[in-house]
Amino acid sequence: MRRGLASLAVLAALAAAGWALASADEESVQLRDGSARDLTAGRCAICHSLDYIPNNAPVMDRAGWQKSIQKMRDRFGAPLTDQEAQQILDYLAGSYAGKS
Amino acid sequence: MASRRELLLAAAGGWLLGGAVPIGAGALAAAAEAGGDALGTLPGKKPLIRRSWRPPNYETPLADLVPAFTPNDAFFVRYHLAVIPQIDVDTWRLKVGGSGAQRPLVLTLRDLKHDYQRVTLAAVNQCSGNRRGLFTPRVPGVQWRNGAMGNAEWRGVRLRDVLDRAGVAPDAVEVVFNGADAPVLPATPDFLKSIPIERARDENTLIAFEMNGHSLPHWNGAPARLVVPGWTGTYWVKHLTEIRVETAPFDGFWMKSAYRIPTGAFPGMRFKTQETPETTPITDILVNSLITSHVSGARVKRGAHVELAGKAWDGGAGITAVEISTDGRQSWQPAMLGRDLGRFAWREFRYRLDTSIPGALEVAVRARSRDGTTQPEKLTFNPSGYHDNIVQAVTLEVG
Repeated sequence: MRRGLASLAVLAALAAAGWALASADEESVQLRDGSARDLTAGRCAICHSLDYIPNNAPVMDRAGWQKSIQKMRDRFGAPLTDQEAQQILDYLAGSYAGKS
Repeated sequence: MASRRELLLAAAGGWLLGGAVPIGAGALAAAAEAGGDALGTLPGKKPLIRRSWRPPNYETPLADLVPAFTPNDAFFVRYHLAVIPQIDVDTWRLKVGGSGAQRPLVLTLRDLKHDYQRVTLAAVNQCSGNRRGLFTPRVPGVQWRNGAMGNAEWRGVRLRDVLDRAGVAPDAVEVVFNGADAPVLPATPDFLKSIPIERARDENTLIAFEMNGHSLPHWNGAPARLVVPGWTGTYWVKHLTEIRVETAPFDGFWMKSAYRIPTGAFPGMRFKTQETPETTPITDILVNSLITSHVSGARVKRGAHVELAGKAWDGGAGITAVEISTDGRQSWQPAMLGRDLGRFAWREFRYRLDTSIPGALEVAVRARSRDGTTQPEKLTFNPSGYHDNIVQAVTLEVG
């Protein structure tokens, strides 16, 4: 794991965030079927709602998603292994690359 | 259905185990995919155009940009980070310190309201990324259209007065601001912004606690936020908790790596202590205008009395003229300007249209600033999608 094991503090922060932000409504965002859908949903939804994915899809191609995932890992500390990042990239590039 | 907390814990659990995260059909209940101009309602707000659920990003619909002052419950909402605490005003404290502060302070809301001269000022707050969704070619980011902006009357105290009490060192270069909003993960950079010491000492830069005569709404930065009239919204830090006067340029992510434009590509004040040969922080709002009375495709009756109306604004020099073209931008006629609400506010404009000829009627609008700039015809592309102030037009159907 890139940034080592999650600490209790991280878990506490996640729980606190969950309490503060509890909004069942955002769970209405349904990602398209695909092999890494649940992985993508789980990792991305730690920090933001999943509508960011379809909302950005028209702007994105594979290279765009690669850059985005890289930014999430390097700049924002998204907890992803290289393998997970690859799976998420394949999923997003396959299902949400709407750039024409 | 799993709660958000359960989802987050599930996500965290999945991460700890390194396995797939068990978010299934139960959690992600059947619903249409997000996208388009869905309306959503945050507590205390009227329905706004939802650009994202969490962090909350909500855009003001065109109809709510018609009043001279944008109603508090319709004012746009923009956050980068999803942990947004409700603040208890009785326990809230504003720390003022930093390497360039000689007498650090801690202020209560009462101190702020009673120990300093109160100032009221009308100003446009416009997100740097307003109109990003109109960019060609399109760029990633929140796909704002025209409503990541509003005009309000801000009431508070001068930042300068607070800084004077904290004693600004002669070698101070920037002032850094932090708010109570925080990232979910500790590894995510907290949202801190800096402004040059000169701008911090400008008489118009405020710590505001009221908006349009009422306490700041939660989603617009309660109990106090920074107001930097003329500069884009990124500097207007909400839920202020800490102000640091610094003797060295601030090197946080949100200054060094975000909210930057190509150096020299746009007019506006240069933030020299943050500038590199390649990029520089976005600063001033550029001269711009918005038609609020009509949208493309609107039908108007031939011969009817039809008035086009909208708003024009800039970074604080003030609007000197708004011009209308109905002949494919060959010739331009002056519109009537409304009341001057102050140089940082927007200015209303009106123009009576000639509806005598049936068919498509393209109406283009461009504003001129007292600083000599005018809206360009051509977009200056930049990868973050900032500063779209190109001339806009609507096409009406006369018949």
